[in-house]
Amino acid sequence: MSALEPGQALPELRVTPDKYLTYRYAGASGDFNPIHIDEEFAKAVGLPGRILHGLWTMAQVARAVAAAGEGPEALRRLSVQFRGMGFPEQELAVTATVKAVEDGTAVIQAEVEQDGRRIIRKGEAELRVG
Amino acid sequence: MALKTDAVGKTYPPVGYAVGREKIREYAAAVGEDGALHHDPEAARAAGYADVVAPPMFAVVYASKAVAPALFDPDVGIDFARMVHGGQDFVWGPPVVAGDEIATEVEVKDVADRGGLAFYVFESRSTNQDGETVCTGTWTNIVR
Repeated sequence: MSALEPGQALPELRVTPDKYLTYRYAGASGDFNPIHIDEEFAKAVGLPGRILHGLWTMAQVARAVAAAGEGPEALRRLSVQFRGMGFPEQELAVTATVKAVEDGTAVIQAEVEQDGRRIIRKGEAELRVG
Repeated sequence: MALKTDAVGKTYPPVGYAVGREKIREYAAAVGEDGALHHDPEAARAAGYADVVAPPMFAVVYASKAVAPALFDPDVGIDFARMVHGGQDFVWGPPVVAGDEIATEVEVKDVADRGGLAFYVFESRSTNQDGETVCTGTWTNIVR
């Protein structure tokens, strides 16, 4: 892995959550909020359908950013704002750009877009790079 | 409507979590973390870890159990029908591996009205069996 430089874009991560992803993530995380796993409930509260867990989407940002570092301890911090809703069976894209590199730590900005909507914005990560 | 802010500063008893190997594998699979260190104990040991390593966002698993009592606390008074998860911040310390015993304490950090939206901010601090802080989380929930 060559050194990161300010302004550099990290490789984009594209992932399509399958139809049953929200059930697996609910079990794995313990978050069984019905807006994620019950189509009828989601519609009854005014959503178009079941929505993705924001923290699953955040985990995709963590994955995209950490891939630019070395090993499971490289990611030191991640902060995001959730905006809009993500849906199963639609591809989402995580984009990330290096903002600064100082004292062996890269500061990286990231966001997540799905079908033209930004569902995570103002993502900021600190990644140990040296 | 005046926002009830007297819960700010309130803390909750620590909530323990025993980190299991299969739970790490299950979580890692659900979020697409397919690296060998998260799944294969031999690979993890060869890399110097005692057992499989939790992906950073596994913090959600061990910290959520501690955040829930604060979220549902009548003293905090969140209107769940109108709540959305607005933002999340995690700062990580030493890695978490299968076999670790994590304890998480939660504090109500802030309750504030910003432009007609109520912001509820909780902080979680998770420590391992050696007293090291493995993750500090800032959980921002917004009530419309």
